[in-house]
Amino acid sequence: MSVLAVLEQRPGPHGRPEWNRMSFETLAAASQIAAELGATASAAVAGRGIETLARELAGRRLRAVYAVEHDLLREYTADGYSAALRQLIERVAPRFVLFPHSYQVRDFLPKLAASMGRVAVSDAVSHRIDRGQVVLVRQLFQGKLYVDVRFAGDAPHFASLQAGAYRADRAEEGQAPVESFVPRLAPGDIRTRPLERFREGARDVGLAAAGIVVSVGRGIREAENIPLVEDLARALGAELAASRPICDAGWLPIARQVGSSGQTVAPKLYVAVGISGAIQHLVGMKESHTVVAINKDPNAPIFEVADYGIVGDLFEVVPELTAAIEKIK
Amino acid sequence: MKIVVAIKQVPARDSQLRIDGTGKWIEEADLAYEVNEPDAYALEAALRLKERYGGEAIALSAGPARAAQILREALAKGADRAIHIEEDMGALDPLAGARLLAAAVRTEAPDLVLTGLQSDDLGYGQTGVILAELLGLAHATIVMQVEVRDGGIRVKRELENGWFRHVEMPLPALLAIQSGFGTLRYATLMGIKKARTKEIRRLTAADLGVAAESPTVTLDRAYVPERGKRAQMIAGGPREAARRLVEKLRFEARVL
Repeated sequence: MSVLAVLEQRPGPHGRPEWNRMSFETLAAASQIAAELGATASAAVAGRGIETLARELAGRRLRAVYAVEHDLLREYTADGYSAALRQLIERVAPRFVLFPHSYQVRDFLPKLAASMGRVAVSDAVSHRIDRGQVVLVRQLFQGKLYVDVRFAGDAPHFASLQAGAYRADRAEEGQAPVESFVPRLAPGDIRTRPLERFREGARDVGLAAAGIVVSVGRGIREAENIPLVEDLARALGAELAASRPICDAGWLPIARQVGSSGQTVAPKLYVAVGISGAIQHLVGMKESHTVVAINKDPNAPIFEVADYGIVGDLFEVVPELTAAIEKIK
Repeated sequence: MKIVVAIKQVPARDSQLRIDGTGKWIEEADLAYEVNEPDAYALEAALRLKERYGGEAIALSAGPARAAQILREALAKGADRAIHIEEDMGALDPLAGARLLAAAVRTEAPDLVLTGLQSDDLGYGQTGVILAELLGLAHATIVMQVEVRDGGIRVKRELENGWFRHVEMPLPALLAIQSGFGTLRYATLMGIKKARTKEIRRLTAADLGVAAESPTVTLDRAYVPERGKRAQMIAGGPREAARRLVEKLRFEARVL
């Protein structure tokens, strides 16, 4: 019985592959679950030119490290990764296969699992062992509810783990043999053609360097109400930011978006107005020194990361807050 | 271009959710429902592509009778026709859900299948990709732009940390659309009128020949998480709460 952690690499600054840091959280989770089950943990990484990366894991306490190498894995494609990892899984026959819940994993894991007649438990936040079975915890309704889920049927069982759900620093030292695994892939197996990666300009609006950030979410309801938070930002000498839905709707430019698909900020004061606190937003602001949350829902997850909370109607609270700040200036 | 767009009905965003008697799902009575927001962007993408390249946009949804509402809205916004797989989905896992959708998509043989990125209820974020696998289609997720080129398509995908990438693929294909693809349109009065004459084809799992298979993931229980409440909650009316907050920010947190 074994637990396989599938780690993620991506092109670094000079085209050389480097780790996605979430990989080490997955590795820690695999080791922890394996220990609790009295099983062994292994790791795999797929790509081209990844021997150096794979060898970095040789000092870990793992049963094996698999370097899944092929010319056709040089660039990520769902077809290539899914076929290659399926072949590895069929050979190694692990009971559990764990992944980081990254954008890339979201793109191919459902395909890989479905091709083997299984459903991956995606975006799990924790686990426990119940009578020798692994129970995984997931969030529903954007974190309002949790569910405990179990695997039914035969192994392998697939799961991806939410960013930050496991601590990456719990690595045990040991010796792991590094094995090269060459999957059978033909150019015709890969139907998509990825072109060059690129970044888009005009991202810098000074958010990252701002000492105070006022951030607005869906609670603002309409574009016409944005001036309300602009006034607050002005009073505080703050930069204005927003959660994803506000930028999706075009009410504020995408450069002002805080969260996993936007900017990461860590100001001394972060004021979240009408933001419920979906995980995608929290990862972009949770390092802020002091967090204030104003929300009408007392159960909003934002209050878990906030230092000060006001439960109330933002249309009443925000103007009063702006006035109270003006008063002390 | 013939486009099928799969959309889902979910509880309205500000719903107060309660656990039902089984302890495994939510109490559905008294809830208000709406279209899953990421799917609203998938529909928007379907309508824009149809306007640009011609063809037909077909809205597809699986869900109980009430789900017909989001199909009527899709027709009012400009979809040409709709397919309703009338089945209670509840907490059905995404593979079971995708099997139903795949059977319906096969009856249409479209050039392009679109889905949202994830649902706001179960949040697996898998239905589109599983659907592609079941239908044997190439796919891309987190798609922000689509262009038809040389008989195939070229899409712009969002990667992590502000990176993007174009990907080319042949048709037919499946795309999971990123929210924000384009500003959502409202139904016009004319659109609502026209929708009344448009067809909603109703099907069941039995019509589609899809038998229930034993699930590979089972749900033990659903519950309201215990909040690790970190925030110091500031009570009082708006004025009083604002005044006390400013005081705390000045003298306790010392950030003002």
